[in-house]
Amino acid sequence: MTKIVKLLILASMFIAAHASAALTIEITQGMEGAIPIAVVPLGWRGTGAAAPENIAAIIAADLNRSGRFESLPDRDLVAHPVTAEQVKFQNWRMLNVDNLVIGQLEETTAGQYSVQFELFDVFRGKRLTGATIPAPARDLRRVAHYISDLIYETLTGERGAFNTQIAYVTSSGNSKNKSYTLLVADSDGYSPQTILTSKQPLMSPSWSPDGRQIAYVSFENKTAEIYIQEVLSGSRRKLASFKGINGAPTWSPDGRKLALTLSRDGNPEIYVMTIDGGDLRRLTNSAAIDTEPVWAPDGKSLVFTSDRGGSAQLYRVSVTGGPAQRLTFDGKYNAGADISPDGRKLAMVHGEGGRYRIAVLDLDSGLLRILTDGQLDESPSFSPNGSMIIYATGAGNREVLSAVSVDGRFSQRLSLQAGNVREPVWSPFGK
Amino acid sequence: MKYTLGSFIVLALMLVISGCSSKGGSMDGGAGIEDKGTGADGGAVTSGAAGGSDYSSYSLTDPNSPLSRRVIYFEYDSAEITDSDQELLVMHASYLFGNPDQSITLEGHTDERGSREYNIALGDRRALSVQRILELNGVAAEQITIVSYGEEKAAAEGHSDAAWRLNRRVELVY
Repeated sequence: MTKIVKLLILASMFIAAHASAALTIEITQGMEGAIPIAVVPLGWRGTGAAAPENIAAIIAADLNRSGRFESLPDRDLVAHPVTAEQVKFQNWRMLNVDNLVIGQLEETTAGQYSVQFELFDVFRGKRLTGATIPAPARDLRRVAHYISDLIYETLTGERGAFNTQIAYVTSSGNSKNKSYTLLVADSDGYSPQTILTSKQPLMSPSWSPDGRQIAYVSFENKTAEIYIQEVLSGSRRKLASFKGINGAPTWSPDGRKLALTLSRDGNPEIYVMTIDGGDLRRLTNSAAIDTEPVWAPDGKSLVFTSDRGGSAQLYRVSVTGGPAQRLTFDGKYNAGADISPDGRKLAMVHGEGGRYRIAVLDLDSGLLRILTDGQLDESPSFSPNGSMIIYATGAGNREVLSAVSVDGRFSQRLSLQAGNVREPVWSPFGK
Repeated sequence: MKYTLGSFIVLALMLVISGCSSKGGSMDGGAGIEDKGTGADGGAVTSGAAGGSDYSSYSLTDPNSPLSRRVIYFEYDSAEITDSDQELLVMHASYLFGNPDQSITLEGHTDERGSREYNIALGDRRALSVQRILELNGVAAEQITIVSYGEEKAAAEGHSDAAWRLNRRVELVY
């Protein structure tokens, strides 16, 4: 009997290890008025029978995920042109697609490829943009995301954020034996890479502005400590290990400082520390909880959570300290803010009527808009182009990631096949 | 430190009151109230010692000992300790006072609602409430370590009121 149980446990661990390979994405709410586009499978010239990656499928999925486009299903493609001369615009006009993407993937030498694409305006019969990009096999997905960015920017005028990454934390196991993992994946959930595993909680990842390092909180020594880790090499160093809370690290826009929460003086306060650990300055001084600092894009002020007014609300303080200004007034609970890249919006956890949802405050108008429909939504993070917010939500008995457009009209769910996923943070633009 | 002082007085008062009401035999609880004006510390210590017997020789491993109760529960978004839990903490304080080489870790926890770092702060505030009662009752600051896990280490899985109630806690870890 025990043997069978042990075998079952081993088997389930094996399945779990393999099932956690990738995030899957499910679009949960569509967007009216999405631009119809046809992305034709790229022509293939190489030694193998089939291309090593389906570049067109990656591009189509990216564009669909933005909520701004609706790609034509493969079965509706009336033709498979590879070059501009092969395009018959009247066919595509009849399908009511506004834009057409074609191209070719060529194996130039063993393991080395060249990706060529062109984007057309179907109604005007005009080529809008195109490029030829060389890449080794391992970079082909990135090249596809890069092409998605070019298409998105050409057609919307806004920079694309497909060739970016998300960092997030997962936990698995029961309350007696838990395992925590910090991962980095492409923005479409593919290619997840574990950068840290621990038996103790991992929390609050934050990207450096150049996307090369991540700061986070680890309890691996049975107390909260802040580390900075290089994403590529995995090398890391401990930055803060004061008595009490060492929490909520976020990188300054110039990359030279971290804002963080320390309770070394008795209760949680906001501090700014230089990355070399040399200089530490305290910004807040209240008897209440002050935590979760985030930087304004100009680096001149920080927004943070405080319950100094009796319940958790968001405040702004100058980077030089001084009095804090209250920013949120709607709802009993507003916490865990992120600031949009243009500095004009705040995303937050908004608690009202026993529900915790993601809301966005327009700082110019003061209007608060609730974007999500969960019970326990948390950890909102803006995409670097400000168009989407990724956040953590419950689905059944599990935690999963969701993304919603900033106007709330389009949403999608990203779920791991096993375990709980949380604390997503969107990387800056790739360099 | 405003918060500390305010809560300190409130807690000291609550302690004195609970000290008086809990044990009918100890009539010298009034001395604690008198003392409070000149030094709240001394007043609370007096009341704690008067409120119960000496627990310093109790066994930490005896499941029937009151010291085997090592979890304090809290209301939502609150760090307030109930009267009965204050009595329990006074017993633990008595044990620690009599065993100055014994250390204790206070682990603060919250339920899963709200943002994670705010919950770290809230768990810390709960652990500090417990620490204050222990210190008011004679435990040396050096004996106590505090760590807040916020919502990161739930005692009960699930998303119900019942699970949340079990997760809003401070664990006394000897």
